[in-house]
Amino acid sequence: MAVEALQSFRVETRTRLSSAFLVVAIAVLAIGFAAPLFSSRVVIQDLFFILTMLVLAQCWNLLAGFAGLVSVGQQAFVGFGAYTMFAAVILLGLDPLVGIVLAGLLAALLTVPTGFFVFRLQGAYFAIGTWVIAEVARLSFAQWKALGGGTGTSLPSGATRDMFGVRWIADLFGWRASQATDVLCYWLALALAAATILFIHRLLRSRQGLGLAAVRDNQEAARAVGVDPRWMKSTVYLLAGLVSGVTGALIYVQKARISPDAAFSVTDWTAYVIFIVVIGGIGTIEGPIVGVIVFFVLRNVLADYGSWYLLILGLIGILVMLVAPRGLWGLFTDRTGIQLFPVRRMLTGASTTKTITGGTHG
Amino acid sequence: MMWLDTIVQGILLGGLYALFAAGLSLVFGIMRLVNLAHGDLIVLAAFLILVLVTALGLNPFVAALVAIPVMFALGFALQYLVLNRTLGPDILPPLLVTFGLSIVIQNALLERFSADSRRVSAGALETASLQLGPINIGTMPLLTFLSAIAVIVGLNLIFYRTSLGRAFRATSDDRVTAGLMGIRPDRIFAIATGLAMVVVTIAALYLGTRANFDPTIGPARLVYAFEAVIIGGLGSFWGTLAGGIIIGVAQTAGASINPEWQILAGHIAFLLVLLARPRGLFPRAVD
Repeated sequence: MAVEALQSFRVETRTRLSSAFLVVAIAVLAIGFAAPLFSSRVVIQDLFFILTMLVLAQCWNLLAGFAGLVSVGQQAFVGFGAYTMFAAVILLGLDPLVGIVLAGLLAALLTVPTGFFVFRLQGAYFAIGTWVIAEVARLSFAQWKALGGGTGTSLPSGATRDMFGVRWIADLFGWRASQATDVLCYWLALALAAATILFIHRLLRSRQGLGLAAVRDNQEAARAVGVDPRWMKSTVYLLAGLVSGVTGALIYVQKARISPDAAFSVTDWTAYVIFIVVIGGIGTIEGPIVGVIVFFVLRNVLADYGSWYLLILGLIGILVMLVAPRGLWGLFTDRTGIQLFPVRRMLTGASTTKTITGGTHG
Repeated sequence: MMWLDTIVQGILLGGLYALFAAGLSLVFGIMRLVNLAHGDLIVLAAFLILVLVTALGLNPFVAALVAIPVMFALGFALQYLVLNRTLGPDILPPLLVTFGLSIVIQNALLERFSADSRRVSAGALETASLQLGPINIGTMPLLTFLSAIAVIVGLNLIFYRTSLGRAFRATSDDRVTAGLMGIRPDRIFAIATGLAMVVVTIAALYLGTRANFDPTIGPARLVYAFEAVIIGGLGSFWGTLAGGIIIGVAQTAGASINPEWQILAGHIAFLLVLLARPRGLFPRAVD
């Protein structure tokens, strides 16, 4: 009797709303892919910026929000990826797209030695350790004379125009090569963002995701039930490094000009990203999406006010952290109970309609 | 004798880094609060001294004396009104709030003072030096180093010889029990941050008189300071001085080989120490 009752229960993360949202998400993705057909080049460049920031925000959120690893040094991987792509194009004469793939692989490799150092540090010291690593990377790349040293360099003028697929897109839609390059970068960014979100969602719903939440909430208890915190954290650190490296390379294919100070900028690749995640809602997949929209709107509204922009962004970040630590999405989901990318595990029974819900993250 | 000169200059530079780091060490030791705005607060204090010097025509040392109570009040208020709300088992809120504060201070200074490089003039002291055998020692670097030692002796006296220090240590060990004994942790934390801002002002005096500064240099100073604290080991002020000296010597040694390697050499020294002694050279508290 008792066993039968147990068997009639199921653990689910899906809700009716989230299933409906899946349809909406696919529609948004389809519209996104079609956007270059009916949007101006400026809009596409803005969307590219939003999407790449979204990917970086999802990476940082995976680190800080789900694995409890507060890094202020993700710019190390953004810059490293960007420089890898430049080296592949300028020194090896490879296609920039090959450079992007190489950037991801080498950035993932780079997490091994850097992880070896930063994982010796706990909590807040970890944050400082990642920052020092990023500074070392910036200063080292400033010494690489073949890539312009401290002043930086540009991609050869034909490199992005001859990129794989650009000619084909240009011919198909009758665009100039430079516009086709922008569109290709945008499509790659869209695919990268969709893949990152899908991957993180699946990861969190998997057994490993449950282990990750357990490690974040109580490391000792997680160990006691057989989760290896070190392994979980290292894996997340590696994944975040890989995706940040790919994103950095992609951003700099579009920019086509690099310098160590820009590629390893703590403001552009970490401060903005942290504010996006904090304002949107840390520890949720929806948070960075909300955050990046708020960030972009603020950026456009305050574009003419120079340093006031960052000042206001900083103040909003502090305020959100003090008043609503779970961000705008946290406020919204507290009021409505709506989750678009649910990762919370719910027990649903066949014989009864009562559902038993766990904590926020299941 | 070049190498001896390099080492002496490095040790003296380490004094400056120890001054940057002492306030950080104090705050972290008492409330496990990592203040990512520490470097920007040093720059803020340097601008305060600059304004006092230029507007009132004060001597920089007198200006620092005037700035000290202002910065103490600022630190007290910051801790009491803002940072105390972020303390808890979760390390994320204090990190993110102080990171936001760092961005706010930097950009407020940029808005008010522009990105121009500034310097506080210390008159004839700037170029004065002492000849000690074969080595030439600048008076300002020497003064910086002596101030660092004075600050560390002072902090140790406060920590281990006064009732305030007892309250600091008690709150650090066990906040709840300290509260039962009639200590108000909120106020103790606020006083600690105020005290850290006094040290910050002293650091700012030497930062401003020895080299050019602009609103954006805070984070780099913060990184040096943190390296000194981590190398020295948690909760040891003398360890912080040792950490500062290691960074200073590594930087001057790196710079003597190639000027571009100065900062890099400091970071690499830090990573090497981390490799050998992950908990620092003189760890005291267990964390």
